[in-house]
Amino acid sequence: MTQLVDKERDLLRFTTAGSVDDGKSTLIGRMLYDSKQIFQDQMDALERASKLRGEEEVDLALLTDGLRAEREQRITIDVAYRYFSTPKRKFIIADTPGHEQYTRNMVTGASTADLAVILLDARKGILPQSRRHAIIASLLAIPHVVVAVNKMDLVDYQEARYRELVEEFTAFAEKLNIHDLSFIPISALCGDNVVESGDRMPWYDGWPMLHFLEEITVTRARNLVDFRFPVQYVIRPHQDFRGFAGRLSSGTIRVGEQVTVLPSLFHTKVRSIHVGDQEVNEAFAQQSAVLTLADEIDISRGDMIVRSHNLPEIDQEFDAYVCWMDEANALNTGGDYLLQHTTRTCQVHVNEILYRMDVNTLHRESTTRLGLNEIGRVRCTASQALFFDPYDRNRETGGFILIDPSTFRTVGAGMIRYTTKETLRELRREQGETQIETITATNITWDQSLISLREREAQNRHKALCLWLTGLSGSGKSTIARCVERALFEDGLQVFRLDGDNVRHGLCSDLGFSREDRMTNIRRIGHAAKLLYDAGQVVICSFIAPYKEDRDFVRALFPDNAFVEIYVQCDIEVCKARDPKGLYAKAERGEIKGFTGVDDPYEEPAHPELVLDTAGLDVQETVDRVLRFVKRQCGLDNAST
Amino acid sequence: MNTFEWLESQAIYVIREVAAQFERPVMLFSGGKDSIVMAWLARKAFYPGKIPFPMMHIDTGHNFQETLDYRDRWMKEIGASLIVRHVQDSIDQGRVKEEEGPNPSRNALQTVTLLDAIKEFQFDAAMGGARRDEEKARAKERFFSVRDRFGQWDPKNQRPELWHLFNGMKRPGEHFRVFPISNWTELDVWQYIHREEIPLPSLYFSHEREIVRRDDVILARSSHVALQEGEQWERARVRFRTIGDATCTGATESAASSVEDIVNEIAATRVTERGSRADDRRSEAAMEDRKKQGYF
Repeated sequence: MTQLVDKERDLLRFTTAGSVDDGKSTLIGRMLYDSKQIFQDQMDALERASKLRGEEEVDLALLTDGLRAEREQRITIDVAYRYFSTPKRKFIIADTPGHEQYTRNMVTGASTADLAVILLDARKGILPQSRRHAIIASLLAIPHVVVAVNKMDLVDYQEARYRELVEEFTAFAEKLNIHDLSFIPISALCGDNVVESGDRMPWYDGWPMLHFLEEITVTRARNLVDFRFPVQYVIRPHQDFRGFAGRLSSGTIRVGEQVTVLPSLFHTKVRSIHVGDQEVNEAFAQQSAVLTLADEIDISRGDMIVRSHNLPEIDQEFDAYVCWMDEANALNTGGDYLLQHTTRTCQVHVNEILYRMDVNTLHRESTTRLGLNEIGRVRCTASQALFFDPYDRNRETGGFILIDPSTFRTVGAGMIRYTTKETLRELRREQGETQIETITATNITWDQSLISLREREAQNRHKALCLWLTGLSGSGKSTIARCVERALFEDGLQVFRLDGDNVRHGLCSDLGFSREDRMTNIRRIGHAAKLLYDAGQVVICSFIAPYKEDRDFVRALFPDNAFVEIYVQCDIEVCKARDPKGLYAKAERGEIKGFTGVDDPYEEPAHPELVLDTAGLDVQETVDRVLRFVKRQCGLDNAST
Repeated sequence: MNTFEWLESQAIYVIREVAAQFERPVMLFSGGKDSIVMAWLARKAFYPGKIPFPMMHIDTGHNFQETLDYRDRWMKEIGASLIVRHVQDSIDQGRVKEEEGPNPSRNALQTVTLLDAIKEFQFDAAMGGARRDEEKARAKERFFSVRDRFGQWDPKNQRPELWHLFNGMKRPGEHFRVFPISNWTELDVWQYIHREEIPLPSLYFSHEREIVRRDDVILARSSHVALQEGEQWERARVRFRTIGDATCTGATESAASSVEDIVNEIAATRVTERGSRADDRRSEAAMEDRKKQGYF
């Protein structure tokens, strides 16, 4: 018993979402009850309430439904926070209702969660609301998702039904940004696999829910790399002490490190770090600390201290997902709000709503307004530059709230995707250690041409397009690309081909085949292709581009539908047999290192627009397929007939 | 980061946000362990600077002397300035009327004294040591809880709180109640007190005193508690789990004489701490009703 006082447990924050019917409250009640977290007086009150309602068994759901209105309507209408701990961990549950009209509550609960529990009713399977929970978990970048397949008692504890749901949900989740997905079959009502395994599902060999929550290694929704210190308050007890108080949004910092203050861009060193009344050498993510600096610099609330060689985005313009939370008024294109981000508050203007997202299907709809509980992608301009990171990378510096300037109510929650000045980001990546100079040069802007792409396309009588052929060496990319280029040229299209070997003679002659060099290679080609695209061309790129991340990077440079990924699929053995340049032979003899398909991986595209199986089709057939596709995309459907 | 470091860091962040976002904040101090921990965190939040806002005690006049002595010592220790406002003054001014009956409690009356004091000093934010685990109605309370000009809490009109962003913007007449230790449980508070070696009033530790048992609640003998028919004073070894108005704060029979004993006792206990407060037992939705009227 005595070790209780010294027990250093860690903390897991998770969110649960579901309707009354899912048995969510019963699951939480069951975890509290079976792990002996319910006190006698609470239990007595529960028994009284259940009896009053004429129920024979104690209704565990009553434990978590707090407000009277909820007890009357028997629904949960807000985010309720619950606490319990086991000898291993302390848990904070953000318990939210699952109905569509409570999307804002789910978003609120999800914003601080490390893990989401999604409940399915084994009988009903995956409902629109289950999909909504998963989409919100993905949008809010909750790192871990566990699906509790509940009410297994009502499907006779059948493994087949469970497997079916696992398969269906996994297929759906692949479209989302969920990094860690697990499943547990349970019966909250009967207690199977909640705290104890029980003996009714011997076919399930995983952990029961509570054990799972205790054991899961939480790669917290924390970013431990990028040091970000939004200044919250200045502490100045006397002339010799000037401390900057704040909480590390992410990363770590040590005494003596070189830092830069934003927005002034002054460089200095960290002189001392204080946590409470202790002086320490290092502070880390989520810790409240006070920093003193080597030089006297004018710093106030809203400024940000960062490491000199790792700067955030600095921009007034950004592109974000926004969940609208106000009942009274909708978010409109052209609307003006107050924006609170880290410790900064400023004005913000909504330039454009790019689309509204259907939270049940991910479907995009164009709109000029977002109503309560709707989520959309918007482009905004703030009255001051914000210091941010994309939300996916850093939840603390990527999230913001919108405040109504007349009622001061919190009306929206935003997750920044990225700055709209993609070019600046590029420059910065290239500069590496010398990023500061690039940042000071924020007056480098994209020179706007007097000819728009639309005008060029109109003159060419076809749309611009980027075709990206990826596949193993010897799969036939270059052959297809050459034929497609010739055929389109003869049809009168503006077309140009970029080829892997050719760019390495000039544009990328300084690069080798390491991971970094391959990334830089693809990035340069991507930008070259983008310039040609901007010039109105149909650009054909044929590159092995083995890494999905690199291809996705290029895709992100282009507008939707302007980038066509074509997977030139061919069995490695067939490629080796073809070996047009004798490279496989060399790689297998060890004369070339890091050769894709031999000693370096090729990551297959997950959702290419087109797949060409060159082992099964002859060259002309594959070329024809590409041509048909291109003509449709370029708006030339009728031209060729 | 372990649980305590995390909880401490979050509470300090919230306290600093209050100092930064509001013009005239105040921290309420009751002498209870939660407000003692909160004041301790306030000292840490601005160290080596001074706490940049005053502490305020709403004295019901029904306090244990031990609490008042402790209060004055503690304010000196953490270097805070203290404002005291008395429920008795509100009664004398006719602002409120003492409850009638055999067991008059001033718990409800302190709401008026508190609101008057908030008006008197034009406080725009008052920090309190309430925790969400105390009671069902508090499970939905925000860190920054907006109150209208009557101090009322409208559960349907609270601002969503996302990430670590707290919206403290207010219109004229509105003020905020802020709860920096919202995410702490009773056990967390005790473990933290142990870890930080925070001194506490002696009432929290087991001692022998005269008590009376009433409706399963043990009340300590004081001039504020009168015996009812059939009752008599008896001596028992007790301690208090919360410290408030002597008329309604129940004691528990306990031999726990150190923080360590208390932590172990809490971990094994079967009754919630508010379970021993007479005022919560009046109806199932008692807390919600009082909150709507501006109770802390």
